[in-house]
Amino acid sequence: MTPLLSVYGISKRYGPHIGCAYVSFELYPGEVMGIVGESGSGKSTLLNCIAGHLPPDEGKVVFDTRIEGPKDTIAMSEPERRMLSRTDWAFVHQHARDGLRMGVSAGGNVGERLMAVGERHYGDIRSKATDWLGRVEIDASRVDDRPTTFSGGMQQRLQIARNLVTGPRLVFMDEPTGGLDVSVQARLLDLLRGLVRDMGLSAIIVTHDLAVVRLLADRLMVMKSGRVVEAGLTDQVLDDPQHAYSQLLVSSVLQV
Amino acid sequence: MTDQAYNFAYLDEQTKRMIRRAILKGLAIPGYQVPFASREMPMPYGWGTGGVQVSAAVLTPKDTFKVIDQGADDTTNAVSIRTFFERTAGVETTTSTEEATVIQTRHRIPEDPLTEGQILVYQVPIPEPLRFLEPRESETRKMHSLEEYGLMHVKLYEDISRHGHIATSYAYPVRVEGRYVMDPSPIPKFDNPKLAEMEAIQLFGAGREQRIYALPPYTQVVSLDFEDHPFEPSKADHPCGMCGAKDSYLDEVIVDDEGQRMFVCSDTHYCEARQSAGHKGKDAA
Repeated sequence: MTPLLSVYGISKRYGPHIGCAYVSFELYPGEVMGIVGESGSGKSTLLNCIAGHLPPDEGKVVFDTRIEGPKDTIAMSEPERRMLSRTDWAFVHQHARDGLRMGVSAGGNVGERLMAVGERHYGDIRSKATDWLGRVEIDASRVDDRPTTFSGGMQQRLQIARNLVTGPRLVFMDEPTGGLDVSVQARLLDLLRGLVRDMGLSAIIVTHDLAVVRLLADRLMVMKSGRVVEAGLTDQVLDDPQHAYSQLLVSSVLQV
Repeated sequence: MTDQAYNFAYLDEQTKRMIRRAILKGLAIPGYQVPFASREMPMPYGWGTGGVQVSAAVLTPKDTFKVIDQGADDTTNAVSIRTFFERTAGVETTTSTEEATVIQTRHRIPEDPLTEGQILVYQVPIPEPLRFLEPRESETRKMHSLEEYGLMHVKLYEDISRHGHIATSYAYPVRVEGRYVMDPSPIPKFDNPKLAEMEAIQLFGAGREQRIYALPPYTQVVSLDFEDHPFEPSKADHPCGMCGAKDSYLDEVIVDDEGQRMFVCSDTHYCEARQSAGHKGKDAA
């Protein structure tokens, strides 16, 4: 089986500081990869480099495109990469406000990606948007409301609906549950797990919350100071951490 | 200072040359917004500084010049710009659409069809159709260059979801020759079909925003819409009160404080020509 995404030696420096250094991994279709580490460990830099938001200094990101097969997305032309990022890729931001258009209704937010790929039938766009609001547990009567009237959890769910409406194959998530209270987090995680399983999505989830990766991720990478210090199956890494830093991270989780 | 102390049509020759270059580039790439070094003009921004600069660059001493403001030849903006070019260029001026060779307009296209050899100059307040959806200029330029126009339909989608139909009634976005999405300046959408395949040259000047764009004669211009909500040019459903015309764009005029109103052609030349040809509306004295 060809991997959906292969990352080879991605490095990004900010002057003398290391963002991330020589990170390589492969992601297979249907697989969810978690990246954990403390603040400043380079998780978000890595994610932004892979998703094409930041140009890395070194390395290759090869994505298995639908038409042309495996292709280096960093060497790709910008129109191609932007097309990819609104069809086969999706990016869920930590703050829903970064990923939503706050001045546009919920239906318009979900419909934007459809219209961007050429959908021109209002009735179809609207029924797809309503369908997706239902799937992320937002009442259909809110379809014409602006996201400013939504709670934090609803905004995050709306952002997920907006990203998944075009049926992407790879989803990048940057702290998808950050800033939400625990009961809302639990619901969101439940929802995400269902969507990932039903749609057979591959995902890369960056988080500092080990509970999130325990629930969602098949495999795990632990990062420290821009480098991957440990990688393996999620349960294996969390139950039997080998690297001193992973041990520290696992033992730091508060037990209630 | 006397009027003769100014160069022909106010602007100096170097400036006109620079503007003409921008116009030629605009004509070569229909609908593309060409940046130009807009000059300070002796009138405030918003009064047509862009249109005036474009007119100054295309006027020749043999031209006949007409200015309309919302269709009318006799409103402040039209009168002052007409006087400006009478004084600084000494060109013939007219109110007749057929006789004019250069027509500067604010927010209307004349009712009479324009012909080859005529130039229509639009005053444009905001040239960027994507501005209110995407405030970053760097991003909108990228969207134009990559033909990413999905966002324009988000605006129309919002209209339908809020009002049940496309409520945008002026500055209605168009796509030029299947490539650039363009703001036709705040003309009513009633005028949008006239943009397409027009025989005259159409030039758009935005002074404050420093952009010029253009439509060469016989250009394909399509108003954006949805398959199930097609574009419809709309106007008030009345005949003109003065000349009885049923096919012209109308202004609603309140005539007393008891709610009486009348509808009259916004194109004053069209209305007057019809009246002198003997047409009479129900409100004509």
